Amino acid sequence: MTADALAVIRPQSEAELAEVLRGASAPVAIRGGGTRPVGLIQPGGVLETGGLSGITLYEPGALTLVARAGTPLAEVEAALAAEGQRLPFEPMDHRALLGTTGAPTLGGMVAANASGPRRVVAGACRDSLIGVRFVDGTGNVVKNGGRVMKNVTGYDLVKLMAGSWGTLGVLTEVSFKLLPAPDSAATLVWDGLDAAQAVALMSTALSLPWEVNAASHLPDGRTALRIEGFEASVEYRAEELATALARFGRSVRLSRKDSVTLWQQVRDVTPFASGQGAGDVWRLSVKPSDAPALAASAGGDALFDWGGGLVWLRLAEGTDLRARLGTFRGHATLIRASVEARRNLPSFQPEPAPVAALSLGLRARFDPRGLFNPGLMG
Amino acid sequence: MQMPAPSADILARRTRITRRLREVLPGDAVIDDPIETRAYECDGLTAYRCPPLAAVLPSTTEEVAAVLRLCHDEGVPVVPRGAGTSLAGGALPTADSVILGVARLTQVLETDYDNRFIRVQTGRTNLSVTGAVEADGFFYAPDPSSQLACAIAGNIGMNSGGAHCLKYGVTTNNLLGVTLVQMDGTVLELGGAHMDAGGYDLLGLICGSEGQLGVVTEATLRILPKPEGARPVLIGFGSNEVAGACVSDIIKAGILPVAIEFMDRPCIVATENFAHAGYPDCEALLIVEVEGSEAEIDAQLGLIRQIAARHDPVEFRESQSEDEARKIWLGRKSAFGAMGVMGDYICLDGTIPVSELPFVLRRIGELSEQFGLKVANVFHAGDGNMHPLILFDANKPGDLETCEVMGAEILKLCVEVGGCLTGEHGVGIEKRDLMNVQFAPEDLEAQMRVKDVFDPKWLLNPAKVFPLAASESRRAG
Ligand SMILES: Cc1cc2nc3c(=O)[nH]c(=O)nc-3n(C[C@H](O)[C@H](O)[C@H](O)COP(=O)(O)OP(=O)(O)OC[C@H]3O[C@@H](n4cnc5c(N)ncnc54)[C@H](O)[C@@H]3O)c2cc1C
Repeated sequence: MTADALAVIRPQSEAELAEVLRGASAPVAIRGGGTRPVGLIQPGGVLETGGLSGITLYEPGALTLVARAGTPLAEVEAALAAEGQRLPFEPMDHRALLGTTGAPTLGGMVAANASGPRRVVAGACRDSLIGVRFVDGTGNVVKNGGRVMKNVTGYDLVKLMAGSWGTLGVLTEVSFKLLPAPDSAATLVWDGLDAAQAVALMSTALSLPWEVNAASHLPDGRTALRIEGFEASVEYRAEELATALARFGRSVRLSRKDSVTLWQQVRDVTPFASGQGAGDVWRLSVKPSDAPALAASAGGDALFDWGGGLVWLRLAEGTDLRARLGTFRGHATLIRASVEARRNLPSFQPEPAPVAALSLGLRARFDPRGLFNPGLMG
Repeated sequence: MQMPAPSADILARRTRITRRLREVLPGDAVIDDPIETRAYECDGLTAYRCPPLAAVLPSTTEEVAAVLRLCHDEGVPVVPRGAGTSLAGGALPTADSVILGVARLTQVLETDYDNRFIRVQTGRTNLSVTGAVEADGFFYAPDPSSQLACAIAGNIGMNSGGAHCLKYGVTTNNLLGVTLVQMDGTVLELGGAHMDAGGYDLLGLICGSEGQLGVVTEATLRILPKPEGARPVLIGFGSNEVAGACVSDIIKAGILPVAIEFMDRPCIVATENFAHAGYPDCEALLIVEVEGSEAEIDAQLGLIRQIAARHDPVEFRESQSEDEARKIWLGRKSAFGAMGVMGDYICLDGTIPVSELPFVLRRIGELSEQFGLKVANVFHAGDGNMHPLILFDANKPGDLETCEVMGAEILKLCVEVGGCLTGEHGVGIEKRDLMNVQFAPEDLEAQMRVKDVFDPKWLLNPAKVFPLAASESRRAG
C-alpha cells in the first residue's frame, strides 16, 4: 500500500502505518473521527486511524489506561465509567460547535489537546497524557513517556505531541493517568452578573480552599461554579461557597440533571452550535482578568470558561479578531469559519519570530518531507 | 562514569575566554580562581567531580544572554546550574565548560492572586516561592524534599516532583510560562499567565530538558489556595506485599490522598535510630495524608481505616494533634539523613506500575543479597516512584562500582515491568548510559533532533542525558 494523492488509506497496525509512511510520496490529512476539522489542510490523501483501535491496558488500581489512537473516545469512557473512573480533563466534544458527525477518537482528542471545564483545576489533556507512540514523517516508530505517572526519562515529547494537530507524527498509542469519578457534584448559579463581575466572582471562588473545579460565565448571563467529591464534603463546601460569595448576590443550586446539562453546554460550547448564520467562532486563551475587556473589544457574544482564562467568541463571519484586539497577551484560534475566511486568516495565532523558528525547525525534523496535515498550524 | 575529554583548544583559550566574560559581567560575577571554582565541581551526585573552566553568576536576563552569546561565539560548552542539588549529575561540569549559575536571580517579579500565579526569577528556592505567598493563604504545590535548597531553575530543568504530587502534579503541571535564553543569546517568552500554549507545547518540552535546550531565567508558576487542613495517618503492615496491596485498594476506592509514602523495614529501623519518631516495629509502613475540613478529613480517614483493616495492619495511628502529625512525618522526612549516617549511599528513582510493587520489592531484596549491599526503600507509593537507597562504603575499593552495577540492575528491572529509569531526579550522567535499556535508537534520535533545533551546536550541557556514543557525532560537530 502506498500513499497516493487523494487516496484514502486505513492501516490496520502500527507496522503497516510505518511502512506506508516510509513509501509515501504525497501529503495526507490525518483523520481520526473527523469531528474536529480546525484550520485548513491542503488537499491530498487521507490517512484514517480507525484501524488502530482498542484498549491495550487498563489498570484501575494504578489509575492508568493505554489505548490505540484510533479508539473511539466513547469506548474508553464507557470502560472507565464501569470502574468508577474518568479522564480528569473532561474532553470537549467539537461536534455541536463544528456541525460534524462521526465518533471522536483518542488520537484526535490528544492532537487537539481537547480539554473541558475541569481543566481549570485538573489540567489539560496534556497534563494527563503520560505516554505516546507515533510514527514520524520518515516512517520511524517513536515512543516517549510510558504507562507510569512519574517519568522524567529524556525529553517530554508527550507534551509536544499533545496539541500538535497531527503535524509532527501519526499517533498510534496513547496512555493516560485517570481519576476516580466522585459520587456527588453540586453546581451553584448566579444570574445577571456582567462579565467583569463574573470573572471577579470566579477568581474569588478559585482562590478559596473549597476546590471549585469548574467556573464559567455563559452568554445567557448565568455564572456557574461546580464542586465535586463525596456527598458530605460537597454539601459542606457548597454552603461555605454560597456564604463566601454572598456579596455577588444569591445563588441557586441546580438539580443533578440540570447540572450535567449545564456543564455539557459549557464543555461543548453548545450556545454557539453550528447552523444557518451562526457566525464565526474564536477561542481566546488569556489571563482571566484580561478577559472581560478583551471580550468587550471583540464585540459579539462570549462564553467564559476556566474562570475567564478561556473565552469563546461568536463574531460576524469573516471578522479578523486579531486585528480588532491589537497586541494582547495570550492567543486566539479561529475554530469555526467559512473556508474562505480560513484561507484569508491564519487559524492559529502567528508566533513571534524566534518561537516560530523553533516550531518550524521541529516540524522540519519530525516531518522532513512535509507529509502531515500541510497547512495546519502556521 | 565516563565524561568526554576536555577540548585542548578551549583550555588553551582559557585566559581569553575569562577576559571576555569579564567584559560582559561585573568582576565579582566571574569566578576562575582554581580554589573558588571547586565550589562548582559537583552537584548532589558527589561521587563525580570536576572543576569548570570558570563559573559565572549573572544578575539579569541580559547578562545571561551576553554570556551565552559569547560562549556560543567561542564554542565553549555551558552547564546551567541552579542550587546544585541534582542527584543525577545534571549540573556536573567538564574542565572545558563554563558553569552558568542563576543563584543571583532571586527576585519575586509579580504576585497576582486574582489570576493565581507568581512570576519569579529562577534562582529563587522552591520553598521561598511558597514563602512569598503563604501569608496570603496560597502555596506553590511541587515540594521536592530538597525544597529548602533547590531552585526553581533546577526544578524546571528536572521537572521535579514531591511528596504531594499525587494530587497536585509535578513541576510541568504547575508551570505557566518561562523566559528562556537560547545558546545563541536569543531571549524568548513561552507561555505566560494564560493557561495553555498557542502553538506547539514548547513549555512542556523545556520542562525536564536538563539544561540542554536553553537557560530559564524567569518563570510564571501556578499558585493554589491552601487547603483548610491536612492530616496524616501511619499504617504498619506485616509485609511489603500487603502494604502494596493496600495502596492499590485505597486508590481503587476513589480516595485521592495528597500523599502516600512507603517505607520498608531497613528504612524504618534506620530512621528510628536516627530521628526517634516512634515508628512501630513492622515490615512496611505507609504514611497517608488527606486534606480538607475537619469533617472531610474524618470521613476520608474513616474510609482508609476500613480499607486498611482488610489488610491486617499491625498498627493504624491517627494524629490527634499538630505535634503527632509532625511526628508521623518526622521519620519520613529524615529518611535520607538517617541513611547518610549509616554510610554512603546512592539513591535510585525508577518508577514502576503500582501493581508491580510487591514483585519489584522482592527482586530488590534478592539483588541486595546477591551483591552483598544493603538496600532501604522509601518512596512515593501512590505514583509508583521508588527510591531504593543502596548503601556502600566509599573507602572500600570497588564498592561504589558494585553499587552502581546493582543500581543499574534495579533500574533495568523497573523498565522490564513497564516503568522507567527516573521518575523525578532526571537522567544527568547517572542514567545516561542506561537510556538504551528504555529507548530504541529511533526514540533517542527523536529526542536529539529536538536539541538540534534548540541548540544546533550542542553546547548546552552536552554530555548529559544521551549515551555518549549516541550523541558523539553531534557533540563533535
Ligand atoms: C536531599 C535531597 C532530596 C531530594 N528530593 C527530591 C524530591 O523529593 N523530588 C525531586 O524531584 N528531586 C529531589 N531531589 C533532587 C534535586 O533537588 C532536584 O532535581 C532539584 O530540582 C534540583 O534543583 P537545583 O536548583 O539544585 O538544580 P541543579 O542541581 O543546579 O540543576 C539541575 C538540572 O537543571 C539544569 N538547570 C539548572 N538551572 C537551569 C536554568 N536556569 N535553566 C535551564 N536549566 C537549568 C541543570 O543543568 C541540571 O541539569 C533531591 C535532592 C536532594 C539532595
